Amino acid sequence: MNHPESLNKHEFLSGIRDTLPLLLGALPFGLIYGAIAATSGLSMTAAILMSALVFAGSSQFIAVGLVAAQTPVAIIVLTTLIVNLRHMLYSATLLPYLKELPQRWRIMLAFWLTDETFAVTVHRFQRSDSSPCKHWYQLGSSIAMYLNWQFWCFLGLVLGHRIPDAQSWGLDVAMPVTFIGMIIPFVKTIPVLVSVLTAGAASLLTLAMPYKLGIVVSAFAGIASGLLAQRIIDARREAHRQ
Amino acid sequence: MSGAEAWMLVGMVIVTFGIRYFLFAVADRIRLAPWLELSLKFIPPAVLTAITVPAVLLPNGEWQVSFANSYLVAALLSLAAGIVTRNLLVTIGMGLAAFFVHRYFV
Repeated sequence: MNHPESLNKHEFLSGIRDTLPLLLGALPFGLIYGAIAATSGLSMTAAILMSALVFAGSSQFIAVGLVAAQTPVAIIVLTTLIVNLRHMLYSATLLPYLKELPQRWRIMLAFWLTDETFAVTVHRFQRSDSSPCKHWYQLGSSIAMYLNWQFWCFLGLVLGHRIPDAQSWGLDVAMPVTFIGMIIPFVKTIPVLVSVLTAGAASLLTLAMPYKLGIVVSAFAGIASGLLAQRIIDARREAHRQ
Repeated sequence: MSGAEAWMLVGMVIVTFGIRYFLFAVADRIRLAPWLELSLKFIPPAVLTAITVPAVLLPNGEWQVSFANSYLVAALLSLAAGIVTRNLLVTIGMGLAAFFVHRYFV
């Protein structure tokens, strides 16, 4: 992996730059995590370590909520597993681009994989230029997300002890609006549009499923409908040609 | 930090890292079938949408389909801003601004 250092640096900095708007989206989310953790009964050390080592927003939220409800550890860990299953779909998507990298790179990029970094990076990988150091782009995005998350979680923890009702301010609106901004660039073709609409509808039909399993089920419904739409469009095109 | 907290953290770290790393670890040893590879491009928007839609329509775990729902108003305006400008920062900024204006002034 010896590429000109300037090229690596350029990719790294582009990764950071393209992630900047998403840092804004994660800001309130981090603050709220800290604030909730502060009042959940979780110790300050454990709350900080969770951000530093688990580094998964939605799992952290749910874990803190379960701690407050005095849920057994095994259930918390199992819930984390299910909530984070979507990350396996992300890593499957990145597979073709990372298989040439040494394991130490794969370990780093895996540890730092988030919804945000994934959404930004997948566009970079899919661009047709043959830059051999796109993984530096992902690293830049990862580190920006990580440091940003640690900072706001910590501030939230400190503030949480002083402002007990920060949860009710509605700062959690940052997540859906950030995700909307991340979804739009993907929707460039009819099959993707079909897939998104199906996943959205399915997410409402699967609300009753426990542990947010509905997200994974809805994702599969979206993928299947997208593939089907793609097949129909391809078949029509083929029929026209003959 | 208590013992139970330590076990919880150890479990969560193993699970979260394990899920993220498993496929990367064997990346050079597995080959995806062509239709599977084709399906990968649908994953990101499908997952993100499945998280977003319920968060907007059931913000507090209960159905709220009306313009009195600040989350829904914010989502619709940020969607419109995103489609028009194609700019991530504008999309997020519009959503946040719309939410707080709606919640505290409407």
